[in-house]
Amino acid sequence: MGAAQQAASDSHEAASASTSSVNTGLNAATRPQAGESAGVLRANAVGSDEAVQLLDEQGHALHDATFSPYIAALSPETIRGFYRDMAIVRRFDAEATALQRQGELALWVPVVGQEAAQIGSGRAMNSADYAFPTYREHGVALTRGLDLADLLKLFRGVSNGGWDPRESNFHLYTLVLAAQTLHAVGYAMGIQRDLAADPATEPAAVVAYFGDGSSSEGDVHESMVFAASYNAPVVFFCQNNNWAISVPFEVQSKVPLVNRAGGYGIPGIRVDGNDVLAVYAVSKWALDHAREGHGPVLIEASTYRVGAHTTADDPTKYRENAEEELWKTRDPLQRLEAYLRAENLADDEFFTQVKNDGDELAAHVRKATLALGGADIRQKFATVYAEAHPLVAEELAWFEKYEASFVDAQNAETEGGAA
Amino acid sequence: MSKLSYFNLPDVGEGLTEAEIVSWKVKLGDTVAINDIIVEIETAKSIVELPSPYAGMVAQLMVAEGDTVDVGTPIIAIGSELAAPETTPAPVVPEAPVAPEADVMKPLVGSGPKADAVKRRPRVAAASAALAPAPTVAAVAAPQAPAQVPASNLPTQAQAAPKSSRVLAKPPVRKAAKDLGIDLNEVSATGLRGEVTKKDLLSYQDQRTAEQDGAGSFWAPATGSGLADDPRIERIKVKGVRKATAKAMVESAFSAPHVSIFVDVDASRTMEFVKRLKASRDFEGIKVSPLLILAKAVIWAAARNPSVNATWTGDEIIIKHFMNLGIAAATPRGLMVPNIKDAQNLSLKELAIALNSLATTARAGKTQPADMQGGSLTVTNIGALGIDTGTPIINPGEVAIVAFGTIKQKPWVLDGEVIPRWITTLGGSFDHRVVDGDLSARFMADVAAILEEPALLLD
Repeated sequence: MGAAQQAASDSHEAASASTSSVNTGLNAATRPQAGESAGVLRANAVGSDEAVQLLDEQGHALHDATFSPYIAALSPETIRGFYRDMAIVRRFDAEATALQRQGELALWVPVVGQEAAQIGSGRAMNSADYAFPTYREHGVALTRGLDLADLLKLFRGVSNGGWDPRESNFHLYTLVLAAQTLHAVGYAMGIQRDLAADPATEPAAVVAYFGDGSSSEGDVHESMVFAASYNAPVVFFCQNNNWAISVPFEVQSKVPLVNRAGGYGIPGIRVDGNDVLAVYAVSKWALDHAREGHGPVLIEASTYRVGAHTTADDPTKYRENAEEELWKTRDPLQRLEAYLRAENLADDEFFTQVKNDGDELAAHVRKATLALGGADIRQKFATVYAEAHPLVAEELAWFEKYEASFVDAQNAETEGGAA
Repeated sequence: MSKLSYFNLPDVGEGLTEAEIVSWKVKLGDTVAINDIIVEIETAKSIVELPSPYAGMVAQLMVAEGDTVDVGTPIIAIGSELAAPETTPAPVVPEAPVAPEADVMKPLVGSGPKADAVKRRPRVAAASAALAPAPTVAAVAAPQAPAQVPASNLPTQAQAAPKSSRVLAKPPVRKAAKDLGIDLNEVSATGLRGEVTKKDLLSYQDQRTAEQDGAGSFWAPATGSGLADDPRIERIKVKGVRKATAKAMVESAFSAPHVSIFVDVDASRTMEFVKRLKASRDFEGIKVSPLLILAKAVIWAAARNPSVNATWTGDEIIIKHFMNLGIAAATPRGLMVPNIKDAQNLSLKELAIALNSLATTARAGKTQPADMQGGSLTVTNIGALGIDTGTPIINPGEVAIVAFGTIKQKPWVLDGEVIPRWITTLGGSFDHRVVDGDLSARFMADVAAILEEPALLLD
């Protein structure tokens, strides 16, 4: 435990102790030591350097009694699949970023650096499990079988969603920070009730994705309280990418977020989020735990957002290049590639094939996006009610008149008022 | 080149309206593939590289490096007769007839002029009503005014005046100013909505550097034109404002017999009053300075001593029952004395707004001749430069001028004790043909009385 950690836990102790000794002028010198007296918090369970890791940064396999067996059970084909998924989503991400720079998307949310956290957790899910993403879970979307081109509809502004969540058990992107964690717990409680009503229902669990920034939102707290109270089958999967837009993690929390699990009385696991094998194993354990009726789990995947928060963000304004360079040495793809090559699980041909597959997907995504055309606001009027409604008709008529009042509308009548 | 694809400058942030072309990464005749980087642009948010949406040969670079263009402007044309690489299928280009504006493939999101949140789409009615003067400006200004100026009884001119002392500038300009140690208030703004542009900042910096550099090399022989006889002598043609100022000053100094008097004033209560005004909600966003109280004091004192607000014609003394209060201002073009028309009718707040507007206009070098005509009495704020006082020269056509010295803490005797107080010196020059010693003294004493006790204004 580092000095900062110790200091942080000291302040906790002071806060807790002062409730029982008001106005006694309690100061640092008279503070009780952690764990010394009854009712005084112990030091934090998980330090900032501790995390489950099955591949070190050079790709060497590490052993963990609890989690290594999950990897030992995998075929080489599956582990190659992890790499393929990560490489494909990275290529997809580059294409989407380019499309935004070309004016074809209003915004894009890059995922570079977080591929292992997403592919590892996504691949650990069963098809009956259900994922509630933020707006950056492109890797999870891939593991749930989505056509990634569908993700871009939202960012092009032509759809409020883009896919049918019931087909893939991958919920729509939620741009309201942390709101999806409540939805996830609600869904998990629904699974409990389905099971109670019909014990033959296939057991399933829910993964609630959120980030370090969202962890400061009240919604996350409420969702964890409910999940713990009801023992809901939900895995809170926090990708701690170290930056909440421009706010560094140290500002969000003095201690690793996983320590919050203790406060809710649920298991917490901190995992190296750039180690896809560790993320897979930990997620698999947590999902089994939840599915088997033991209640929620909090996973903190320590990772890093290598790119900008969104295409409208410029990270050079708030963080040092050296930090980005440091995290690039922990790249999740390089790490798994080193492992695959060292273990003779994959050859050059495989990596070439993955690259070609990525380019093919990128070309498909570009073509599909350009074919989307523009948004038609009239379609919004048409979907307010199931049937025609006089008020909506009146408002549409007003809108048509308003649109026609612009000079440019007269030249481009078919434009649809997408602006 | 039969078929060209045009790439319009996209909005790469959320709601950006323009960007500067920093550098082209391709040149005419280069072959580019989709997603090859073609240009680097700088927006208000960041520097961004743009990848090509098309494959083909670069046919036209339509914007020069260093130019700032609106989002939606075509910046490059790429020819499509060169086959695109197999792996990257060419994008779907609408085969519209060749007409540069209509032909461009519209990036559908956030980049057309329609998506621009700041500019307004022209309305059909506005375009046809050619006689109505500047309807767009009125439309933009109107909704803003009530929000920022809650008092409803302002004259329309005051409504158009800047409401806030915060200078408009984009974040990179603000940062550059901060880095250079330049106060944006000092920079003349030429931007579309009165914002300080990067160009403004740089030209200010150039000027400042030139002046500072000049100091170092001043004693060295000058170089440049007009130095035929002696390189150590520099000749500057007298013209424009300098010439007019010189003429007016000679006219005034040698036709009007000046009498100057001075008075030290304890302005502590004025400072306190200004502080309270600044903190009051009613004056939120309005710049308040001691000059405001002085201006009010001068108007108040002139009403009690009307002869100071007059003109000498030789056979008549014209007493003015209105106050067009002149404020001497150093501007980029030289000394100007614009005046606030009918200042006697303005409330304290309206006067504050008028002073701010006058100063902003003067600093920007945009003072109009009409603003300088018909002055009745002038105030010169030499205190702004840290000067205690001086003998001002009367603005021609007037008979009195007040110089407002710097206000600083000085030892002051109050009830037999020496205590630090905010002290200033008022200087006044009067045309003795009109204003005799006792009148000038009473006028100055009245002005001083207000600075010592602004509450008298309520009288």
